[in-house]
Amino acid sequence: MSSTISTVESAGPTGDELVQQEHSRAGRIFRSGLLGLILANRKATIGASILLIFILVGAFAPAIAPYDPDEFVARPHQAPSLDHWFGTTGSGEDVFSQTVWGTRISLGTGLIVGVAVTVIGALVGMTAGYFRGRIDDVLSLVTNVFLIIPSLPLLVVLAAFLPAGFWTIVLVLTVTSWAYGARVLRSQTLSLREKDYVSSAVVSGESSFRIIFAEILPNMLSIVVAGMFGAVTYAIGAQAGLEFLGLGNPSSTSWGTNLYWAQNNAGLLTGAWWTFVPAGLCIAFVAFSMSMINYAIDEVTNPRLRSQRDTNTLLRTSNRKLGKSRATPVLRPTSGD
Amino acid sequence: MSIDRHQGGTATVAQRSTDFVMEVQHLTKRFPVGGVLDKRAVHALQDVSFSLPRAKIVALVGESGSGKSTTARALARLIEPTGGRILYNGRDILREEPRSASLSYREDVQMVFQDPFGSLNPAHTIRHAIERPLRIHRKAKGRSAIRERVETLLETVGLTPPGETASKYPYQLSGGQRQRVAFARALAVDPKVMLADEPVSMLDVSIRIGVLNLMERLKEENGISFLYITHDIASARYIADETNVMYAGRMVEGAESRELIDEPAHPYTQLLLSAVPNPHAGLRTDEATTRGEIPSLIDPPPGCPFAPRCPHVMPECQEAMPGVTRLNAHHWVRCHLHGSGQGEPTANLPV
Repeated sequence: MSSTISTVESAGPTGDELVQQEHSRAGRIFRSGLLGLILANRKATIGASILLIFILVGAFAPAIAPYDPDEFVARPHQAPSLDHWFGTTGSGEDVFSQTVWGTRISLGTGLIVGVAVTVIGALVGMTAGYFRGRIDDVLSLVTNVFLIIPSLPLLVVLAAFLPAGFWTIVLVLTVTSWAYGARVLRSQTLSLREKDYVSSAVVSGESSFRIIFAEILPNMLSIVVAGMFGAVTYAIGAQAGLEFLGLGNPSSTSWGTNLYWAQNNAGLLTGAWWTFVPAGLCIAFVAFSMSMINYAIDEVTNPRLRSQRDTNTLLRTSNRKLGKSRATPVLRPTSGD
Repeated sequence: MSIDRHQGGTATVAQRSTDFVMEVQHLTKRFPVGGVLDKRAVHALQDVSFSLPRAKIVALVGESGSGKSTTARALARLIEPTGGRILYNGRDILREEPRSASLSYREDVQMVFQDPFGSLNPAHTIRHAIERPLRIHRKAKGRSAIRERVETLLETVGLTPPGETASKYPYQLSGGQRQRVAFARALAVDPKVMLADEPVSMLDVSIRIGVLNLMERLKEENGISFLYITHDIASARYIADETNVMYAGRMVEGAESRELIDEPAHPYTQLLLSAVPNPHAGLRTDEATTRGEIPSLIDPPPGCPFAPRCPHVMPECQEAMPGVTRLNAHHWVRCHLHGSGQGEPTANLPV
C-alpha cells in the first residue's frame, strides 16, 4: 500500500509510464498462470477454495458419504447426531450422504450448462458481431426472440413435457439461457472488431474464423469467463428450482431433489430444519464462491476497481477519510508527511 | 542525399503501365449517413486517381478527413469502394475478387497502420504477430525455419536482439519499436506494395527519422512500392519520390516531390506549405491567407471543394470541379487558375 503513497508523492511517473506499469502488471498476471492469478487476489482465493472443496466432495462422494443416499438407514426425521451428522430425512435416509451425493448432479449440471451456454453464446454473439449485416440481422433476431421469451414459464413447460432426467434439465437450461451471453459478447465484438489489430489480421490474410476466435476472443476473455461463472450460478439455482417443483427426476439425488423431498415430507411443518438447510446452504455457498471469483475477475481486469480497493485498504489502515466525490481518488500527502 | 535520388529517379523514364504496380482510377467511396429514409451520404472519396510506380514512394498528403486513410483502406480491401477501379499489375482486382481479396493479393499488398499501440494484438507475443503471415502464406516451413525467419525479419527492421524481442508482448515495447514490428509483420510475406497509413505520426519526433529511413531502405533493397500517407508535407518531401495532395476526398495536385514543394500550383498546396515552419526563410511575406475549415462531406455542392476557403476563388469554381491540367511532364493540378483542364483526370504522369 505504501507504494501508492510514494507514487503520488514523488509525482514522478508520467502518464505513459503509469500506463506501462499497468500493462506490465496485467501482463505479469497474464503469464504467471491461473494459480498465480488466484493467489494474487483474496476474493479469488476464497471463491476458488470453496469451489474446489465442492468439486472434491462431488468427485469423492462414494468415499466421503457414510451411507447409500437412497437407503433407509434410520428412523425418519432424526435430528443431527454423531451417527447422522445432518440427521435423517422423512423417509429415514442419511441427509449428509444425500448432500454429498447431490453435489455431483447439482455441480455437474451447473458446470455443463455454464460451459454450453458460454460456447453457444460466444459462437452466436461473436459471429453476429464480427460479420454484421445480414448474418447479424438473422442471429440477432434469434437471440432477441430467446431473450424475450419469459424463461421461467418456458423452463417449466419444457421440463414438464420432456422425459425427466439429467440431460433434459441440461438441455432446458441451456436453451433458455444462452441468449443473454450472446447479446453481451456481440456488443463487445462489435467494438473490438474496429481495432487496428483486427484490420491488420485481415490484411495478413487471416481467416474470419481465426480472427474471431484467436484475435478477438483472447481480448474479451474476462467477459466470457465472467459470463460463464454467472451462467453456472444461474444454472445451479434454476436446476434446484425445477427439481424443487418436481420437474426433475425425483429418484435421482441432487440438492434440488433433496429440497423437493424435504418439502414433500413436510420438513418445515415438523420442524425438521436439517432436511432442507444443508442443501440450501450448499447452493448458497457455491453461488457465493462464483460471485467471489467474478468480483476477482472484475478487479484483475478493471484497474480502477483495483486501485479503489488499494485506496480503501490504505484509508482503513491510516485512519483517513475520503470525500463523497465520485471522482478518481487522489491522495495528497498532508503537511506533516 | 535526397537531391541525388530524385535526379536519378527522373532520369529513368521507362515504359508506361508495366512501370506501375498499382493504378487507381476514379475511386469513389460514399458512406451512408445513417437512417433508413436518409438518402444522404458522406462522399469520402471522389474521383481519386493516381498510380504507384514500382519501387518508388508516393506520398499522399492532406488534412484530417481528406480521405487519405480511406484511400489506403480501400486499396487494402478493408472497405469496399463505391465505384472506380483498382488495377494491380493491370488486373482489375475489384472485379476479379469482388467479395474479398484473394490470398495472393494479400501476399502482395500489405498495410502498416497509424497507431502502433492499436495494430498489435495485446494478447499475443511479437513472435505470434510475425509468425501468422508466414504460416498463412507458407513463407517458411517447419518450426526452426519459421523461427529463423522471424528473427531475420526483426533484425531487418532493426530490433535486436531478435530472439528476446520476439518473446515480448506489445506492451513491453515502445511506440517506435512497435511500429518496427508492424513493418516486420508486413514484410513477412515479401510484399510488392506497402500502404503506410501515417506510420510516423504517432511516434516521437526523435524516432520518426528512423522509421522513415527504414522505409527508404526497404524501397531500395526489397524493391517495395510505398504509398506513404501523411499530413506532414515535410516528411513527404524527405522520403517520397512523388507527392499527391488530397483535399476533401479529391486529388487536387500531384508532382515530383521537390517540384511540388518548390512550385506549388494549387492554392491548397500553397496553404499547406505556408503552415510548415521554415527555419531558413525567416518571416515569410507572401504567406497564403486562408481561413475556415474543411467543408462538410455530406452531399457536397458541385464545384471545387476548396472554393469556400480559396483566396483566388472565381465564379466558375462554384460550378464545376476542373479537370487535370498538366503544368509539365511531372506536375499536374486540378484548379481553374491553371485552366479548366479538359483532360481526363487520369493518373499522374510517369516520374
